[in-house]
Amino acid sequence: MSKAFVPELLGRSDYAIISRLIDPNTKVLDLGCGTGELLAWLATHKHVDARGVEIDGPKAQQAIARGVSVFHSDLENALADLPDQTFDYIILSQTLQETREPLKVLREMLRVGRRAVVAFPNFGHWRVRLAHLFTGGAPQTKLFPYEWYDSPNIHFLTVHDFESLVEKEHWTVERRIFLQGPRTVNLLPNLLAEVAVFLFRK
Amino acid sequence: MITETQIAQFDSIQLDGGMTLAPVDVAYETYGELNEAKTNAILVLHAFSGDAHAAGIDKESGNIGWWDNMIGPGKGFDTDKYFVICTNCLSGCRGSSGPSSINPETGCPYAMSFPPVTIRDMVRLQKKLIDHLGIKKLLSVSGGSMGAMQAMQWAVSYPDAVASAIPIAGTSRHSPQQIAFNEVGRQAIMADPDWNEGNYYGHRPPARGLAVARMVGHITYMSDASMREKFGRRLRDQNQFEVESYLRYRGSQFVDRFDANSYLYITKAMDYFDLTSEVNTLSEAFENVKSRFLVISFTSDWLYPSYQSLEVVRALRSRNCDVAYCELPSTYGHDAFLVTVADQAELVRGFLASTIRERT
Repeated sequence: MSKAFVPELLGRSDYAIISRLIDPNTKVLDLGCGTGELLAWLATHKHVDARGVEIDGPKAQQAIARGVSVFHSDLENALADLPDQTFDYIILSQTLQETREPLKVLREMLRVGRRAVVAFPNFGHWRVRLAHLFTGGAPQTKLFPYEWYDSPNIHFLTVHDFESLVEKEHWTVERRIFLQGPRTVNLLPNLLAEVAVFLFRK
Repeated sequence: MITETQIAQFDSIQLDGGMTLAPVDVAYETYGELNEAKTNAILVLHAFSGDAHAAGIDKESGNIGWWDNMIGPGKGFDTDKYFVICTNCLSGCRGSSGPSSINPETGCPYAMSFPPVTIRDMVRLQKKLIDHLGIKKLLSVSGGSMGAMQAMQWAVSYPDAVASAIPIAGTSRHSPQQIAFNEVGRQAIMADPDWNEGNYYGHRPPARGLAVARMVGHITYMSDASMREKFGRRLRDQNQFEVESYLRYRGSQFVDRFDANSYLYITKAMDYFDLTSEVNTLSEAFENVKSRFLVISFTSDWLYPSYQSLEVVRALRSRNCDVAYCELPSTYGHDAFLVTVADQAELVRGFLASTIRERT
């Protein structure tokens, strides 16, 4: 285990896991990189060639001011520019559910990158199910805190849904990690995982 | 910071048009200290009407440099860390060789016999100066508008001599709209009888034509919002709006510091600038580029709209170049890179620091 491991990197357990999945001295593209904290951390601790894409202007600004090469753009367009197989990893953390065409994005990720790392909140978590069952409304939980009308999430998916897609697309999953808070869960991930992280390739 | 413009003279320069200019002068200023290894030099490139006086207070005139808010101790281009160089462009009128310079063969100003000059020629002259200063590789080249064109040309022409480029509010080639505005300016000058086919030196210069050209220019540098904010419909007096008075003032002021023939030459150089002129695509133009890029555009800039910066960014990304891009919010139009510099300075500061980190 490299010393780069941190239990909860920058307050986000998906970052901590992702940072463990990335090999040092590689080329990494983070889609929806926010203020670039994960990339800056990877550049410093794993010496990766770090690039990002961020649609929010102020966040992209902060990332560039931090020294990370970030492209201020939506990620659908950002991927289209890039040649095939230019990155070792393409990261999509907590953003898949916000994309207009998730499948297109995932396929593009595997065109541009040798491997894809995707982290998403699991809509199959029992709290979500209960929230829906008992309130009869669109579920609101810690991971899905929004009202239906102000949610950035437009495509809800579960661990189970993602596994089905992987199978249908004939992708190869190298690692799958399920998180409940900062802890990993191995049993009944579709019910117990709050966040799922997949490392996969074509 | 008191500054003084210096002049370097070189034997000759070979121009894109096939002609040779001999000798050739380049006016320049420097700020900060060049380190021993000569690795901390940054070349800043002025826009159409700028000059070598980018920062500080000019010893003679007392004028403040055109990018003084970006260059100085602790500023975006931090002169405590970096050695900043600025030159007046070739065919300009502020110390570098241009149509108002004396032709040694005739003893008279060149006027319209000055050879046509391209953006690449301007960069070629700057390269001579950088070589002369003993600098092998610039840490960065940066400028807005025409300065952005030169920054890109630097990265293309001398890939090994620039570690990074920061083109701001620029384009890889003028749109018909940009050419059209320049042509209105040129026609205003040439329609002035005092222009006299360019032979007005020692006589009355085409001040009315040049002032009108500048007025058109100023309109394109602002935005609808910034003009509403600045002038509204306020009246200066019974006969003129505030905005009219402002434009007339800027026009007449410009006549005192700018040569009409330089206006013609420089705008032509900008209009003919096209990174794709010798290749099929912009991506191909960047084939040999090695430098990192920070590209900046502004939301209200309708003269050099963001899509033009994005074209550059996309082409660089298609070559897998290291490029950062941000569209900054501003209501100041094209002038934003000169006026609202706080965000811009933050980006530049972080980008330069990471360029140094990457090099080591």
